[in-house]
Amino acid sequence: MAKKQSTTSAITIPVTAKSESDSPVPKKAAKLASQVTAVEMGARQREISVAEFFTKNRHLLGFDNPRKALLTCVKEAVDNALDACEEAGILPDVTVRLDVVPTNGTVPPASQATRFRVTVTDNGPGIVRQQIPRIFAKLLYGSKFHRMRMSRGQQGIGISAAGMYGQLTTGKPVQIISRIGPKSAAHFFEVQIDTKKNEPLVHENKQIEWAQPRGTQVTLEVEGKYQKGRASVDEWLEQTSIANPHVKLTYHTPEGEAKGYPRTYHELPPSPREIKPHPYGIEFGMFLKMLQDTKSHSLSGFVASDFCRVSPQLADEMCKAAKVSAHTKPRDLKGSAAETFYRTIQDTKIMAPPTNCISPIGEKAILSGLYKQIKGEFYTAVSRPPAVYRGNPFIIEAGLAYGNRPEDQNKPKQPAVPKAEGEHEEEDSELARVIRYANRVPLLYQQSACSTFKAVLSTTWKNYGVTQSRGALPGGPMVIFVHMASVWVPFTSESKEAIADYDEIQKEITLALRECGRRLGLFLRRRERAASEYRRRNIFELYIEEVVEACNRLKGGTLPKEKLKAQLQKIATSRTGGLKTDEALGKTGGGPEGLPHSIIVTAEGVEGEVDLAHQVRAEAAASTLPGEPDLGGGESSKATETKTKGKQPVGVQKKEAKPSKGKASQMALFDAPNKPTKPHKPSTVSRPRGKT
Amino acid sequence: MATKQHKTTPVEKKLIGLADVVIAAAERSKDPTLEIPIRALSNVSFNARKGLIEMGSKKQARSFFNVGMAKKFMQTVLVADALSELQRAELTTSLREIYYRTKHTIQDSHENTFDTQDESDPVIEDLEVSLSALREELHVRAENSGSIVGPVVFGDDGDRVDCARLGKGGYSVPSIVEPEYLEIRRCTADFVLLVEKGTQWNRLSEDKFWRRYNCVLLTGNGQPPRGVRRLARRLHEEHRLPVYVLVDNDPWGYYIYSVIKQGSINLAFESQRMAIPKAKFIGLSSADPERYELPRNVGIKLNDKDIARAKELMNYEWFNKPAWQAEIKRMLTSGLKYELDALANKDFQYLTKKYLPRKLKEKDWLD
Repeated sequence: MAKKQSTTSAITIPVTAKSESDSPVPKKAAKLASQVTAVEMGARQREISVAEFFTKNRHLLGFDNPRKALLTCVKEAVDNALDACEEAGILPDVTVRLDVVPTNGTVPPASQATRFRVTVTDNGPGIVRQQIPRIFAKLLYGSKFHRMRMSRGQQGIGISAAGMYGQLTTGKPVQIISRIGPKSAAHFFEVQIDTKKNEPLVHENKQIEWAQPRGTQVTLEVEGKYQKGRASVDEWLEQTSIANPHVKLTYHTPEGEAKGYPRTYHELPPSPREIKPHPYGIEFGMFLKMLQDTKSHSLSGFVASDFCRVSPQLADEMCKAAKVSAHTKPRDLKGSAAETFYRTIQDTKIMAPPTNCISPIGEKAILSGLYKQIKGEFYTAVSRPPAVYRGNPFIIEAGLAYGNRPEDQNKPKQPAVPKAEGEHEEEDSELARVIRYANRVPLLYQQSACSTFKAVLSTTWKNYGVTQSRGALPGGPMVIFVHMASVWVPFTSESKEAIADYDEIQKEITLALRECGRRLGLFLRRRERAASEYRRRNIFELYIEEVVEACNRLKGGTLPKEKLKAQLQKIATSRTGGLKTDEALGKTGGGPEGLPHSIIVTAEGVEGEVDLAHQVRAEAAASTLPGEPDLGGGESSKATETKTKGKQPVGVQKKEAKPSKGKASQMALFDAPNKPTKPHKPSTVSRPRGKT
Repeated sequence: MATKQHKTTPVEKKLIGLADVVIAAAERSKDPTLEIPIRALSNVSFNARKGLIEMGSKKQARSFFNVGMAKKFMQTVLVADALSELQRAELTTSLREIYYRTKHTIQDSHENTFDTQDESDPVIEDLEVSLSALREELHVRAENSGSIVGPVVFGDDGDRVDCARLGKGGYSVPSIVEPEYLEIRRCTADFVLLVEKGTQWNRLSEDKFWRRYNCVLLTGNGQPPRGVRRLARRLHEEHRLPVYVLVDNDPWGYYIYSVIKQGSINLAFESQRMAIPKAKFIGLSSADPERYELPRNVGIKLNDKDIARAKELMNYEWFNKPAWQAEIKRMLTSGLKYELDALANKDFQYLTKKYLPRKLKEKDWLD
């Protein structure tokens, strides 16, 4: 069989079962002229490179149409930048730039342009020179696929696929500038992908002068379409900034506008760790394979060391329960004995997998993200305890922003125009907006196929004082935030657009949403109560004027008006509960009781996580100023970190420091048995950059 | 007639009394409260001796410092103010004008004192009852929606109006027919025929029925307005004319008759001056289709609302007479209602030439 010689690293996809064997050519088949012999067929059977496969099937990766393709390119580049920064322990500072590429010498307006240059620059660790070509021009190459660890990218396809898309539509290579530190030189690369071999072709490779002391810049020239609104680059970046408040994001739109998304949360998310599989997530076939592959010499050692959350005692207990010797060699456990043991493990109560392999955004960070980007009156955030689907630990986080922020309500307030008969206040028929995230990456497409969206629909929002038509989103000015963090997010397709509908996931989302809803309900009721008291007093104050005027006219204008007014006002105040009303109105400054992790914005000010809110405000104000103090110019990443930390208000830092310490110790405990020496703190030594 | 001179009419005094309630309450730090008689079936009783519906003594309190009532209270005071303005200026006005006069946007708000006329009309009725002043006395008039023709002469603003010489159109009954506004100078008729429908009144007027039977023809185009009712009452009272009521044969027709006779539930307090307890129901009776051989096919099937209303009527005390119970039952059994216009099925002039003459001759009416 003519097997095409492939490079060692190319991944081969066997076309048929036959091609994988080197079995001798089968006997001749019936010799009918019209029939093709197996030999002839065999001659045509050959390997397909992944790159070729994806060239033809680019829709699988999110390049179905020009608009989506542009978004996918930005998304892949930003995801990689963020993953790299976070893994290296650097607070990410990312610049996204979209430029219109002139066609026939003229620059068309952004809305009509068909070619764009996407440039994404980060302040990450940089990439060592040798790895650059393979990372950007070789599919399925990366650091993330083989690890049970949470990251934005998973397979190592994304950025090279984006490069390939550019190559396909514009013929232009991917340009990369990378520098791993102030003392090293910056390297400039132009690479393309050899789609047949799935190997990089380096066009240009030189050292250049680069202003940035450290980081990576990727430039892709692609065919695309820039259109604002739903599922646009703008929306994606905005949502990214909500879920990643620790990121400083600058966006230069193709229209020449610069948008800044300031950093409002000065702590990196705790670095997620790799974990071993959880027993509940292993299928029997996999379990058998693990029995064969293990380095342990005893069964109890095997379960205790190859799985997470199984202590040696628990392992012994399980062996006892399955009536197998704890000292059996794992390799010797076969057939029904293996199956019994597997069942026993599944029936044993085992602690949920550790969650430090997942890094949730955290309630405070979600709050600050929402508060920063969405103008509302009420914000809340819920992080669920970790749960497991198919042995993969995951965490669901939900957030909610509700209402129109008072200061915004004030702006369009026109002078009270008297209303004519039949005119009424216009009712808002707006529906809630759901923003979905998987591992901090916004999901913009296929909303209705997504588990999160289904959970929002199936939640009975009416219980929380929000309108909801049958089978529809809840009504009202509301943004619902749902995030799923997991070592492996089950997407419905390779283009990562919707989360698959596992019962466990659905349940967690629902629980998180209910908690958000409950808090919203509390807030709405409280506000309603205050408003009705306010209305009561207001009504009287409004009407007193009218009544006094009318009485005065009735009495022929001889009435001591002020006296009567004062008398009536006195009665009004005593009847509406006086100070009590003030309290209900929140004028006395009571915090939100029973509303943890929430911010309430009223005309009088901010309640709840006030520190956080103030911090966000200060940041937003600061971001308008020129100068970029966060760019760690010439300093090590650690220095940058401490520097930014130092800038935080003291109160917040204190509050925040504790839980993260707690997490670190928990992590250490968990990691102790298997890899005690792996440094948690990022080193300045560059690593291969992660890929999607 | 009388040119009204003076400073303060009794009604005006009553209106000013409202302001005094507010002032007095404020003085004593009390919640200003108005007592307003309830205008509903629960607060009326039928006085069998007088043959009138009378209002009971149940009252509802309307307090200012009550969230539910504050606006109503404010509106009441505003309307009282507007009404007293009318008194001072010696003008009359319509309900709608009162609505516009009192409507404005409250200072510093989006709120209007009144949003629709539906809010101001009941307030005016509230004031009528609680001050026991007639609408006419409040100088509020309804639309002129009644006509009269026949041997009667009025004096209206000094003009002599001879209703026998006004062709077939007749005289449009003003909404205020109190003696000081409308004088009955002469009346030689023998009876009053009050017709529900303008179309049938036109038929009778065109056929000069009134000349032949020497009667006054009155119509109110449906539920007769106060002016028509009051005029019928004055003709009945001052000139001793019997009043006959001619309505459709349906529950609404029965109720129109009962309003003319005993007064309405909503404005029971006006029965005293409006009701004509001796009025007779001349037709269309549920017995007439058979007696006058109206074919079944000119009937209309009673709908659910009709049936419900008919049953309601049967429970009213003033319909609790054997003849009436039989009348209504007969309609319910037949399941049909008949319009006056259906008589045209026999002949265009059947009403004038056959039906009414026979009714009058046979004295075939219900009391």
